[in-house]
Amino acid sequence: MSYPALLVDVTIFVLSLWVGFEVISKVPATLHTPLMSAANSIHGIVLAGAMLIAVTAHNTIGYIIAFVAAAFAAANVVGGYVVTGRMLKMFRKRPAVPPPAATHAVEAASNGRPKDGSA
Amino acid sequence: MSTFDWVTQLIYVLAASCFVFGLHLMNNPATARRGNQASTAGMAIAIATTLAIVIHLGGISVTGWIVMLAGALLGAGAGLYSARTVQMTAMPQLVSMFNAVGGGAAALVAVHDYMHAGATVSATTSVTTLLDVIIGAVTFSGSLIAAGKLQGVINSAPVTFPGARIVNLGLAAVAIGLGAYLIAAPSTALLGIVIIAALAFGVSMVMPIGGADMPVVISLLNAFTGTAVAMAGFVIGNWALIIAGALVGASGSILTKLMADAMNRSIGNIIVGGFGTGDAAPAIAGPGGSVHSIAADDAAIQLAYASKVIIVPGYGLAAAQAQHEVAALADLLESRGVEVSYAIHPVAGRMPGHMNVLLAEANVPYPQLREMDDINPEFARADVALVIGANDVTNPAARRPGTAISGMPILDVDQAKSIIVIKRSMGHGYAGIDNELYVDPKTSMYFADAKKALTDLASAVKTLVG
Repeated sequence: MSYPALLVDVTIFVLSLWVGFEVISKVPATLHTPLMSAANSIHGIVLAGAMLIAVTAHNTIGYIIAFVAAAFAAANVVGGYVVTGRMLKMFRKRPAVPPPAATHAVEAASNGRPKDGSA
Repeated sequence: MSTFDWVTQLIYVLAASCFVFGLHLMNNPATARRGNQASTAGMAIAIATTLAIVIHLGGISVTGWIVMLAGALLGAGAGLYSARTVQMTAMPQLVSMFNAVGGGAAALVAVHDYMHAGATVSATTSVTTLLDVIIGAVTFSGSLIAAGKLQGVINSAPVTFPGARIVNLGLAAVAIGLGAYLIAAPSTALLGIVIIAALAFGVSMVMPIGGADMPVVISLLNAFTGTAVAMAGFVIGNWALIIAGALVGASGSILTKLMADAMNRSIGNIIVGGFGTGDAAPAIAGPGGSVHSIAADDAAIQLAYASKVIIVPGYGLAAAQAQHEVAALADLLESRGVEVSYAIHPVAGRMPGHMNVLLAEANVPYPQLREMDDINPEFARADVALVIGANDVTNPAARRPGTAISGMPILDVDQAKSIIVIKRSMGHGYAGIDNELYVDPKTSMYFADAKKALTDLASAVKTLVG
């Protein structure tokens, strides 16, 4: 038994939405900006669509559309991944270079979160 | 279906799995980088597969190759340059620009498909084509306006005029009505009018929305972009686009809901606009009382001899770009053995999670960045709550009914043993009401620019208790 393509597409779309809700609702607020930026890079997949335009483009308007779409989508995908990586690199568990006077606090932090009155 | 189709389709499924797995790894800051790498790998596989499909299909002209490669290289260069050079304070603008180009590219995919198919297009394909064109065009122009507002190129205050709502509805009606007509009677010329109406609607939708609502607007446009890309997937029958688009649509929707909840406003209310003009919410008198101001030396002593300090950074801190100064002060306090943490309200900053990125950039370790629900019970144990450029999100008036912010989730700053508020003036926050926290006997006001105040506090701590 085979189903019309649109029905299959709708099924995939709806199930993917649910997977998205499930996975993304677990992302902590701390990471919401990198999350949005990562989502941004994922929609850069539209580059695949832009590339396929070029196959059927055979007149000036077609070429212009193919060019602009490829440029937009490539900017989206490359920029998105690079900036997400740049942001995530900044999230550290403890300061990269502890200031000399702060060794105390760093030691305390490495033994778990300092409790009230650890001073 | 040929073997080639089988293989490429399976590779697309693999790429889509990488996207889901990558997003899954983002549920923890420790694994998030690997998540981004997994997602990047998936994308590389998908693009390489598409290239193979383009070659396999054949029929692409030499000019076709040139425009495709030239466009992709130009775009990649521009994307790489902006991603490398952007300031973290300007992240919301960049995300908005990526939304714009993503939505624009998705719309172009449908436009080309429509023109290529001509009158032979089927009704079911037409529906998704037109949805893609309309959503993509609205996202494109709306995101450009949002980026302009964030960058300060366009007036960030709500821009509105009499009858604006009618114009808005009219444009939406033209785009949707004409779109529906096109399903029955395909016409390239009329498609042009649909595109123009949708572009104009994007502009008229975002113009009346104020700068403070940007976290919601960006999230919403992100959801739109995802949906547009999914529609593009329907149009060209590509599952990778459908799955990726749906994931982004889900992410954008969740963030939109979270931001709207944190601002105590409905999404419809924000889109209709008009809030934040200053006259929307009449000030309801608080309990009254006088304000106690404090000098740098006294504030420094309070902080230096505290055992637990909670810093509450708000939009004012981001606007003053004082994230490095606050981190320096916190380091100094920690070196004296003071326990320092940051209480981050969901809408601190100009996009979801923006404040966390700014503080991470200033080298603040993420375990110190605490979410609202997580840190609220700790305020009662804090000796000092240091509020920097945050207003409405600390106002205890939100807890009782009858005020403009009633019901808005707030940080329980007023539970701390003492409170120091760094603020430029007694000016109102975004909701336009008095902050009852400022007249609390436990509260001291430190009137200064955030950057200068934090530098002065740090040097006062050094001089006084060195």
